[in-house]
Amino acid sequence: MSAVTSPFTERSPEWTLPYKGKVGMAGLIIAESAIFTIFVVAYLFYLGKSITGPTPREVLETPIFFTICLLSSSLTIHLAGKELENGHRKTFLILWSITIALGALFLFGTALEWHRLIYEHGLTISTNLFGTTYYSLVGLHATHVTAGLVMLTVVLLFGLADRVGIDQAARIGTLSLYWHFVDAVWIVVFTVVYIVGR
Amino acid sequence: MSSDAMAIPSATAEARPCVEVVHEWVTTVDHKRLGILYIVYALLFLVVGGIEAIIIRIQLIRPHNDLVSPQVFNRMFTMHGTTMIFFVAMPVLFGFANYLVPLMIGARDMAFPRLNAFSFWLTALGGLLLYFSFLGGNGLYGAGNAPDVGWWAYAPLTAKAFSPGPSSDYWTIALLVSGFGSIGTAINLIATILCLRCMGMTLNRMPLLAWLNLVMSGMVLIAITPLSAAQIMLLVDRYLGGHFFDTQAGGSATIWMHFFWIFGHPEVYVLIIPCFAFMSEIIPVFSRKPIFGYPVMVGATVCIAFVSLSVWAHHMFTIGMNSYANSFFTITTMAVGVPTGIKIFNWLGTMWGGSIQFKTPMLFSIGFLFQFLIAGLTGIMLASAPFDWQLSLSYFVVAHFHYVIVGGILFALFAAFYYWYPKMTGRMLSERLGKLHFWLFLIGFHLTFDVMHFAGILGMPRRIYTYEPRPGWGTLNLVVTIGAFIQGAAILVFVTNLVYSYFKGAKAGNDPWDAWTLEWSVSSPPPAYNFASIPVVASRRPLWDLKHPEDPDSRYE
Repeated sequence: MSAVTSPFTERSPEWTLPYKGKVGMAGLIIAESAIFTIFVVAYLFYLGKSITGPTPREVLETPIFFTICLLSSSLTIHLAGKELENGHRKTFLILWSITIALGALFLFGTALEWHRLIYEHGLTISTNLFGTTYYSLVGLHATHVTAGLVMLTVVLLFGLADRVGIDQAARIGTLSLYWHFVDAVWIVVFTVVYIVGR
Repeated sequence: MSSDAMAIPSATAEARPCVEVVHEWVTTVDHKRLGILYIVYALLFLVVGGIEAIIIRIQLIRPHNDLVSPQVFNRMFTMHGTTMIFFVAMPVLFGFANYLVPLMIGARDMAFPRLNAFSFWLTALGGLLLYFSFLGGNGLYGAGNAPDVGWWAYAPLTAKAFSPGPSSDYWTIALLVSGFGSIGTAINLIATILCLRCMGMTLNRMPLLAWLNLVMSGMVLIAITPLSAAQIMLLVDRYLGGHFFDTQAGGSATIWMHFFWIFGHPEVYVLIIPCFAFMSEIIPVFSRKPIFGYPVMVGATVCIAFVSLSVWAHHMFTIGMNSYANSFFTITTMAVGVPTGIKIFNWLGTMWGGSIQFKTPMLFSIGFLFQFLIAGLTGIMLASAPFDWQLSLSYFVVAHFHYVIVGGILFALFAAFYYWYPKMTGRMLSERLGKLHFWLFLIGFHLTFDVMHFAGILGMPRRIYTYEPRPGWGTLNLVVTIGAFIQGAAILVFVTNLVYSYFKGAKAGNDPWDAWTLEWSVSSPPPAYNFASIPVVASRRPLWDLKHPEDPDSRYE
């Protein structure tokens, strides 16, 4: 016998449920947002509470160019996904590579900034509260960018091996959700660290 | 029909080498096996945490006792709290959710089976790390072994100066790792419930267990993560010389308390909501009535989840917040009582006029209702800031939260064990041993935790190693310890029952309780694929519809 049948099987046949990848990624994004919230709260709470210098006003410079890089990568990854859905694999790969390049450029920007802070201003994670909270918050974000870049690169490698087709469009869409999230978090971090915090 | 069409080979019939069986369990991604792994793992830690509780109680049995050293005592209450919350309550509830949710919504597995296995092994690793501290924590000479900073690990106790050696790091990393496991499971449960429901299983027809686990998972996402964030900060402080909680450099010890309790209080609801879920499945079946007020139950749960996110600082009335904060957290904390009260009335409404069967699961459920009510009432007392100033940090608080966790959560869990054990193993648990377990545990519980309230009111502070022979204290503590031993004996009866019934219990059949949800439609234990054909449901009680085609629920929905 079949396991269970309802006495009323003559139901309308349409039964659509959301795609599990998107729902799972949304869950991850909610969880990650909570983690970032705590770090942002700590940053704001400790603003101006450092006993010794340097202070944000003295040493921070607004990374406008690299911010533009990261934010525009959201656009390229979105367009890449659209191209894949339409079956244009080549343009997809080009746009995908541009996304990776923009993300890597952003990380390079973070590296430059950290290098300058450490070697010119002597600000490390243990210098004062500003150092602790700044490197933790920006570093947490950079970690997420790095993780994103690893995943994007894996997709690129599969793409170069001709394994990414229209069938993977939904998965690519899920991955781009993560990338959009990383970008959106940067808007918050940027606002908190470089605008409010100075 | 389909059974002979499929001709499933009886793989379990022949004896296989032990290694093969172990390999199968270690590499499994089956939600039922992972569920059982979670539950067995939690039961092992329940025994360990219980032994730690017994050591605490023996130490406190009379004034000026010195069975263990103060250092060991601190380790015992730290490990007891951490173990019971993170490695007993969380895994056992995740285990039940893992096992039951796919079966109840008519799915063949969780949405991400490999993530599911990954999450379990993360949790398992967390528990092992925590207990490895007994061996590996002795980093510097005399640095001590197991963590002794309390399960809340307030700063600056965790600073390098006060917590040398790696013992606190074992605590931090164990909780971080198992926290990631919890987040994985929560994501998995949400995706399963939203994306894998069988045809006709609209949100409005979903069993309450699935609904409540959905809400619980949502809470895990936003409540466990603050703890993970705070643990990362603590690691930065301890290993990279950061100053998050370093008051010497302008850091704040208070903010650790905030971060911890932003996790810590919602955590209580993460634990109790799945227990509400058990109640909402068990009470209707043994009252032979559908649940009373289904939509209100869902609404109240969501309401609890929301309000519980804004009550955390009621753990911190004594640190000296301003009067606005005190008033805010008093009001929100009392407000949680409203949706919780609605739920209690709904369960009573379900029992009202029903033909109640006093089987063991129902006995534990009734115990839950009564004790959870009292726990809620002392909660409302403590929610009032001035009252809290008097009794915070006393045994009254210890009594209150053990009333929630033991009287509420553990009783609900025992009900769930007696109710779903037949489904998981194919055998009934013994009713005689079950009733013995219930009454012994009930007596032990009340001896211990009722009396603890009085000790608290008499002024006995918590977290103390020993105490002066003040009037009443010695007698009360003796009674509390006797109660603890009776509970220990009851747990032995329970474990005996689990083991004995596994081999000798009566065969359960598919549906021993004449219940209504989909898990009872398949064999006990269910086949690996759960459902030979995915069911189609038309009401909240699909099995009722199947058994009563002349009067199906779907006619009234």
